[in-house]
Amino acid sequence: MAAEVMLMNEIEATAARMGIDMNIDFNSIQLPPGEDCGIVSDDEDVYHDDQLEFDSGFGNIIVVDNLPVVPREKFDKLEGVIRKIYSQIGVIKEDGLWMPVDPETKKTLGYCFIEYNTPQEAELAKEKTNGYKLDRAHIFAVNMFDDFDKYMRVPDEWAPPEIKPYIPGENLQKWLTDEKARDQFVIHAGTDTEVLWNDARQSKTELVYKRTYWTDSFVQWSPLGTYLATVHRQGAAVWGGANTFNRLMRYAHPLVKLIDFSPGEKFLVTYSSHKPSNPLDANMVVMNIFDVRTGKVMRDFKGSADEFAIGGAGSVAGVSWPVFRWGGGKEDKYFAKLGKNMISVYEAETFSLIDKKSLKVENVVDFSWSPTDPILALFVPELGGGNQPARVSLVQIPSKEEMRQKNLFSVSDCKMYWQSNGEYLAVQADRYTKTKKSTYTGFELFRIKERDIPIEVLELDNKNDKIIAFAWEPKGHRFAVIHGDNPRPDISFYTMRTTHNLGRVSKLTTLKGKQANALFWSPGGRFIVLAGLKGFNGQLEFFNVDELETMATAEHFMATDIEWDPTGRYVATSVTSVHEMENGFNIWSFNGKLLYRILKDHFIQFLWRPRPPSFLTPEKEEEIARNLKKYSKKYEAEDQDVSMLLSEQDREKRRMLKEEWDKWVSKWRWAHEEEKLERQELRDGEASDEEEEYEAKEVEVEELLDVSEEVVAFEE
Amino acid sequence: MRPILMKGHERPLTFLKYNRDGDLLFSCAKDHTPTVWFADNGERLGTYRGHNGAVWTCDVSRDSSRLITGSADQTVKLWNVQTGAQLYTFNFGSPARSVDFAVGDKLAVITTDPFMELTPAIHVKRIARDPNEQTEESVLVIKGPQGRINRAVWGPLNKTIISAGEDAVTRIWDSETGKMLRESDKESGHKKTITSLAKSADGSHFLTGSLDKSAKLWDTRTLTLIKTYVTERPVNAVAMSPLLDHVVLGGGQDASAVTTTDHRAGKFEAKFYDKILQEEIGGVKGHFGPINALAFNPDGKSFSSGGEDGYVRLHHFDPDYFNIKI
Repeated sequence: MAAEVMLMNEIEATAARMGIDMNIDFNSIQLPPGEDCGIVSDDEDVYHDDQLEFDSGFGNIIVVDNLPVVPREKFDKLEGVIRKIYSQIGVIKEDGLWMPVDPETKKTLGYCFIEYNTPQEAELAKEKTNGYKLDRAHIFAVNMFDDFDKYMRVPDEWAPPEIKPYIPGENLQKWLTDEKARDQFVIHAGTDTEVLWNDARQSKTELVYKRTYWTDSFVQWSPLGTYLATVHRQGAAVWGGANTFNRLMRYAHPLVKLIDFSPGEKFLVTYSSHKPSNPLDANMVVMNIFDVRTGKVMRDFKGSADEFAIGGAGSVAGVSWPVFRWGGGKEDKYFAKLGKNMISVYEAETFSLIDKKSLKVENVVDFSWSPTDPILALFVPELGGGNQPARVSLVQIPSKEEMRQKNLFSVSDCKMYWQSNGEYLAVQADRYTKTKKSTYTGFELFRIKERDIPIEVLELDNKNDKIIAFAWEPKGHRFAVIHGDNPRPDISFYTMRTTHNLGRVSKLTTLKGKQANALFWSPGGRFIVLAGLKGFNGQLEFFNVDELETMATAEHFMATDIEWDPTGRYVATSVTSVHEMENGFNIWSFNGKLLYRILKDHFIQFLWRPRPPSFLTPEKEEEIARNLKKYSKKYEAEDQDVSMLLSEQDREKRRMLKEEWDKWVSKWRWAHEEEKLERQELRDGEASDEEEEYEAKEVEVEELLDVSEEVVAFEE
Repeated sequence: MRPILMKGHERPLTFLKYNRDGDLLFSCAKDHTPTVWFADNGERLGTYRGHNGAVWTCDVSRDSSRLITGSADQTVKLWNVQTGAQLYTFNFGSPARSVDFAVGDKLAVITTDPFMELTPAIHVKRIARDPNEQTEESVLVIKGPQGRINRAVWGPLNKTIISAGEDAVTRIWDSETGKMLRESDKESGHKKTITSLAKSADGSHFLTGSLDKSAKLWDTRTLTLIKTYVTERPVNAVAMSPLLDHVVLGGGQDASAVTTTDHRAGKFEAKFYDKILQEEIGGVKGHFGPINALAFNPDGKSFSSGGEDGYVRLHHFDPDYFNIKI
């Protein structure tokens, strides 16, 4: 690649010779996505090592060593065996298998070269057959052809590694110390990505950092808000820093499509899939797990898409993302993957399977982790035409002990919802009616933290109602359900405990006939936005669940996305580029007051920067809540100052605009006056310039419409 | 006041023009007959029959005696306003998109579309006082800009011609030599097709509307960008109040997408903005399709809008309109 570099003056000379205008504004040129015209970006150097294999053109060749040394008579047989083994993995090129023969002894030399259609296949072949036992004496040693060069270059003598001086890192949590306690968010619109402060007090945003072409497809915050991840053709990168956004680390993964952080943001999982050269084969899947801070690959997974797409809703569309689900809360201790008849649970410490075995569960189709504890909830559907009931079980990790199990009869589908503190698990089970023609829905509610994990069954008042949405109150004991078959469904609120009845679920209220199909609880609980997206065109209802009253109803026409800020103070609703018009976002207060709105064409993403959990103890939090008046005084005064300042600034701005405009007007009047005579001449001396000094006169015209005479009886 | 609904066209409206006195309103539509109305009560006075294609544009002389119309039938026609008689026909090889009488009505600027092999062009024609002496030849032909030129109007004292169109660039030309004098800046200028252009009453500044969902106010002499009005839909038509510091933008989503979405999605409102503060004041709803044409009565007390729905809506302002304070 380095050979491509030309000196700028050479280019100019060539251009001059060919008569090309070099005064092009390069920034104005937009390349189609994925196209770089072979221009090397200046931050691409890191990826060079990994791309060597493609550059030299031998990336699809492997060398198989430790083959039996056979005489001429057995040559064909050995070749057949090798071909059989290696054509299972990918398509070997025509004449792509070459086993050299000693010209003197006519015996093979114990190794061969195999050329595949693609480097991916070669990579996979190496992966799969390195260490393959042909027989006791012949264990294959497989290497990429290109790697030989690399091994040859290893110096013979060991040199001590250079110790780099310690450079203190930046405070990556600096944004949390904002004086005005504001929150940040990232927006991605068109080719621009911006990180902004939400300055709700002044009803506007303040720019933190902006970059064009920051990402190739999307951006994503890490779960605690420390990093912003961007996705590129060559891999993923994370950004962060005290005052601006610097690149902190890169993770090389060519053609990466999806990324996922572990909840404690220790690890990053990247995913890509590649088309196989044989169209009948499944797509190739490559996944890497990186350590976020060091950038090291902790473990990689490769294979056909089939292996990663068993069960789950995603099986049709390919892989259901995330493939690896992280468990054990913020410690990032375990991650698990659904497989055929098993769940593979890995330990993040060693990156290997717990007890070196997967958890065997016949026909398991879905599982989910408790958000806080190492507990797995898994679902096995009905088998044998209903002879074997469907089953939900809770499994403790790492002991793999079953804590609780519940059999469910005639279940067609099942969804699991964990409450954010891992206290409750709601299992939504869709059951067939007796005729098997329709389904109805019930909930199984597990109380995880109580002894023996009691289970309660909840059926809606009208159990034939279709469930449209379900959501737990974060950190709370309540949940909301949208249900009904009407165009305007009902919304019910339930609580897992009331003051006099701790152990039973009870209904709080039902709101009838709402235009809503999605639920958005405030992260602090208590408030919820009942939203009508898609078909309802962006209806919003801000509801207070403590008082069971509507605080405000509003509309953000065509809204597609809604997100609460991490503190529960503000709500962002946005219209993304699925719609052609109205693109942009609105910021609302928690009680449904529109604070400001910003329009942006080709709006793709709006994401609040997450905050790590608070360090305050629950007691301290309660104390603050009790003495809120004392604490809020200071902020109220500040608010007032800001609003005074704001109206002052506004007046000033208007005055300026007005002055500027008056300057223009007087200039025009003067020019107009000057041209008066010339204009008259053009009009053959007609002196009427008067239309410019038009005077609005009020002229009253009375029209007689009708005259009718009537005899009115005169009474005394 | 309730708007007066003027139903006379069978196809979408394309252009509206008041005469200088403000008593007549001329409307052009994709049907083939320009129509004249009483601007006060919306009564139809008559039509001008003779075109054989959509009529894109018109202009009326200062004394309200002549009407000039440009049509997709590749002709520009001169009419007697009072009798409706055709006086002269200019033939072109491509559709005529815009026409504008010069000060004194002795010249007219006409733009023609790119068509078959022909490139878009700006033509200047001499208009004879006596129609019998009218000739076909052009005083000046300007070629150069790529894409359709949607509007071309005269600058102060007929010395310049201002053009704007599909290439999103506003240009000022010397009307004597045909040389380009100024060109709008790529950075600050429009990003998409400019659909409309309206001059202020005294011709000192003008407003352009574009599909990039904005309208921009320019100085006619220096082509300095003075203001930008941002809206959330493509702008098809613009107008400026001669009386108050208000501008009106009309538009809406593409007509082909109308049936696929909610009726409110289109935003078929005429939006009023404060000319100086660039802030939205209000909107006038009513059309059931994008607004293609807007015009202010020269007295500033009424305006009319023409829509894709084939209606002209004539709005007389209520007294409180004149007291709007923001």
